[in-house]
Amino acid sequence: MNYHILKKDELDGFIKKLSNKMKVVAPVAKGAGSFAFQEVKAASEIALKYIPTILPPKKYFMPQREKMLDFDISGAAPADKAVVEAEEIAVFGVHTCDLAGIQCLNMVFSERPRDYNYLRRKEKIFLIGLECNDYCDENASCALVSSHIPSGGYDLFFTDLGDRFIIHVNTQKAEELVEGMGLPRASHADTAALEKVREHKRSAFKNEVGVDPRKLPEIFAKGVKSKVWEDVGRRCVSCGNCTNVCPSCYCFDMADTINLDMKTGSRNRTWDSCQVETFAAVAGGENFREERSDRQRHRFYRKFKYSVDKFYRFFCTGCGRCTRTCMADISLKETLTSLVKENV
Amino acid sequence: MTEEIKNSNWKLRKGKIIAAKQMTAAEKWFDIQLEDGELDHEPGQFVQVELYGVGEAPISICSSPTKRGSFELTVRAAGRLTDAMHKLDVGDYVGIRGPFGKPFPVKVMVGNDLLFVAGGLGLAPLRSLINYVMDNRKDFGKVDILLGCRTPKDMIFGSEVAKWQERLDVGFHCTVDRTDPDWKGNVGLITTLIPGVTIQPERTFAVVVGPPIMYKFVIAELLKKNIPERHIVLSLERHMKCGMGKCGHCQIDHPKNYYCCKDGPTFTYDEVKEAKKL
Repeated sequence: MNYHILKKDELDGFIKKLSNKMKVVAPVAKGAGSFAFQEVKAASEIALKYIPTILPPKKYFMPQREKMLDFDISGAAPADKAVVEAEEIAVFGVHTCDLAGIQCLNMVFSERPRDYNYLRRKEKIFLIGLECNDYCDENASCALVSSHIPSGGYDLFFTDLGDRFIIHVNTQKAEELVEGMGLPRASHADTAALEKVREHKRSAFKNEVGVDPRKLPEIFAKGVKSKVWEDVGRRCVSCGNCTNVCPSCYCFDMADTINLDMKTGSRNRTWDSCQVETFAAVAGGENFREERSDRQRHRFYRKFKYSVDKFYRFFCTGCGRCTRTCMADISLKETLTSLVKENV
Repeated sequence: MTEEIKNSNWKLRKGKIIAAKQMTAAEKWFDIQLEDGELDHEPGQFVQVELYGVGEAPISICSSPTKRGSFELTVRAAGRLTDAMHKLDVGDYVGIRGPFGKPFPVKVMVGNDLLFVAGGLGLAPLRSLINYVMDNRKDFGKVDILLGCRTPKDMIFGSEVAKWQERLDVGFHCTVDRTDPDWKGNVGLITTLIPGVTIQPERTFAVVVGPPIMYKFVIAELLKKNIPERHIVLSLERHMKCGMGKCGHCQIDHPKNYYCCKDGPTFTYDEVKEAKKL
């Protein structure tokens, strides 16, 4: 467990040195209180204080659209080649909620049969976390799922100590990077200051729903027929925003593209959403989740019940994006509160 | 930046159509040979069929693994891909991934009586098991086949069905929902055939495949016959887009969070009875 120090006025040098080695992406202010991960060349472009970006960094691990297969049908028999388009990227400034989201996706895609497109891309991504010393806004529920405190899943992790960052070095690759940059080791005063930040967080971050998270799977098991699903179903417009912005949603669709030569083409994966009306429909017309209430319930069960049964963790990371983006004002915290009220 | 992935699960095997036949107005049958060997499937499994440039769809394998050298699919034109598939003929190629899915529990059924209940196109997946049982007939007890279709014209595998009818080691009953002037058999829903079959419930496995609407009514009749819930085997329909338990489309609304492509498509009734829809 090594801690190093980077003075804030040296952040620009750090970013520049890093971008000499690989593409660096970080949160950038996009106006109207919105932020997005995009390529940066200098520290001045980065928004160090930001609320969760419009899209989570999952877009680098599982792009909205990615090619899985190239094919050529000009010969007597078709030919194809499975491909991945992956580049070396450093993702700077990832909050703990989004680190948790990436850990969820890692579990999903390394489960057999493995998804080598995801895994190859993951190998090439260098993750640099950034601690939230306080809440981003009232929509977050990270303390409910304990994702407000870092628990691995990064190469480097930055915590703001005022005039400097204290950096936790978590991997050999990261160790070599900070040693190569000559960043000094943290002193006892620095680690004591980090401990103070954490102590402040223990009182500032409070379980936002007021229910023991260990009871949630049981509450969900009881709550299949709860009224709350009818309520959110009535308001939902099936736009799919909530799943697109979710750091742990990974449902997808596959589609072919044929090139203008009519001989070559590709098979591509795109994000899909269980909120869309046809998501669970089959040829012949049967739709297994026809009602919006069924589809909203399904989304919540995938975050708080099914994922616990299958991967032993919540797939909600408390980032609050689904609430912020919802056009019908469906709030995750309110939905959970109603569900708990109905089922305890 | 673009790299090849040699062990990708998205790679396609090349399947050549070596025989094809229009079975009914809506259903076409294909015999497919893989260029790199056998499919090596079990009864009840499915493959993903890729039409290069059009896309991919999950299709049940309708031939038994006892048939070697090629495998068969029966495809109903019901969507963009299956419509395009109907235009294919002998000599055309398709891409194949699979086989996928949990097969019918053949091992536990050995030594028991079997009651097959097929509704419409449900006969296609069920035929992979029926033909397997026919080829290993001595391993099983009494075998009954109940078949239902909308009209006599909708019957698939007609000549093969006629042969089952003649066999002495198989009980066979067929019904149509709506008759036509040439039909001499039963008229009525498939559920009307069940009371007439003699069953020793504790040693009978009922294997039921048909459209979702059929399950509720058929299962009710089978339970009336005292067949245990774990002896009723179903094959459920969902849109299995990846076949690997990831894309999310085939997930069943059930406390156990089943993915139809990996945990199914075959289930015993006691496994899935809590599902919102079968």
